[in-house]
Amino acid sequence: MSAVTYITKAGGLWLLSRIEVPEYAEAGLAVLPGAIIVSIVGPELARAGPPEWGAGAVALLVAWRTENVLLALVSGVAAVLLFRGV
Amino acid sequence: MSTETSDSPTESERADRTMHFSMTGVREGFIECIPIALSVAGYGIAFGVLAAQAGVTVAEAAFMSATVLAGAAQLIAIELWAHPIPVGTIVATTFIVNLRYVLMGAALQPWFSRLSPLQSYGSVFFTADENWALTMGEFRSGSRRGAFLLGSGLAIWIFWISATVVGAVSGAAIGDPARYGLDFALTAVFIAIAVELWDGRSRLLPWVAAFGVAIGAASVLPGRWYILLGGLAGCFAEVVRVAA
Repeated sequence: MSAVTYITKAGGLWLLSRIEVPEYAEAGLAVLPGAIIVSIVGPELARAGPPEWGAGAVALLVAWRTENVLLALVSGVAAVLLFRGV
Repeated sequence: MSTETSDSPTESERADRTMHFSMTGVREGFIECIPIALSVAGYGIAFGVLAAQAGVTVAEAAFMSATVLAGAAQLIAIELWAHPIPVGTIVATTFIVNLRYVLMGAALQPWFSRLSPLQSYGSVFFTADENWALTMGEFRSGSRRGAFLLGSGLAIWIFWISATVVGAVSGAAIGDPARYGLDFALTAVFIAIAVELWDGRSRLLPWVAAFGVAIGAASVLPGRWYILLGGLAGCFAEVVRVAA
């Protein structure tokens, strides 16, 4: 993990002194992290039920309003507990 | 977490000037990054708690934070964590999710080419999304403090490791995760990261592609390969969208 992470961090610096990155490749690389996250969460939520969907919506709302990851975690967890209890 | 890499003529002009690399630059970068590092610490606590819940020891979690220093990749590794550890899946997914750093490093190149290899390649280890953005802002406004990425990265690194330890210690103290709804914590964190990565409506097409392929692949393939496939589908969709 450390090695491949460092390779990506140093890779751009090394590469750009040698080649020009085309625009489409740049765009493709830029969406990768988001696409991976969606691919993790999508099937997980599809397997889950209404309590998780509701809690997911709460976490989304909190993350969007506060931009705070820890706060989104806490409210998502509180919401899932609440909805599972109902 | 933006990965904007536009080049303007003024940037190359600025890059022609000499860059300074000094302890003062490190210190200034460190101090200016502290408010951001504090928010990173919140994220680090979340990572520590989740790592402990997944059965990672405090020492292992701290070691991972110290040597990897990439939040999303570390959380994904925790998501994939199992016994025996699926090394191939974790390393491949880490690489793919971190490919954005290639762009971020490339964006630093006009300024870092003025530094020595040790200075520049040493500094990039400390690249995180947050201090990269701060450093780019600094360089674009004409600053010549070449050690800024290192200084700001050190602030993030220290807060990240400390927060991981705090989170992992408290996470280990909590018992059954499902009882407290903690089985949902990682999903909540990923949703929050997705919100951060949402860059406007242009993200819709690649994300829908990723979602569809991931759901489809999850139902037919064993293991967690659907994550990589979904990610690559999103990337491919975006390449097609831009090239079209």
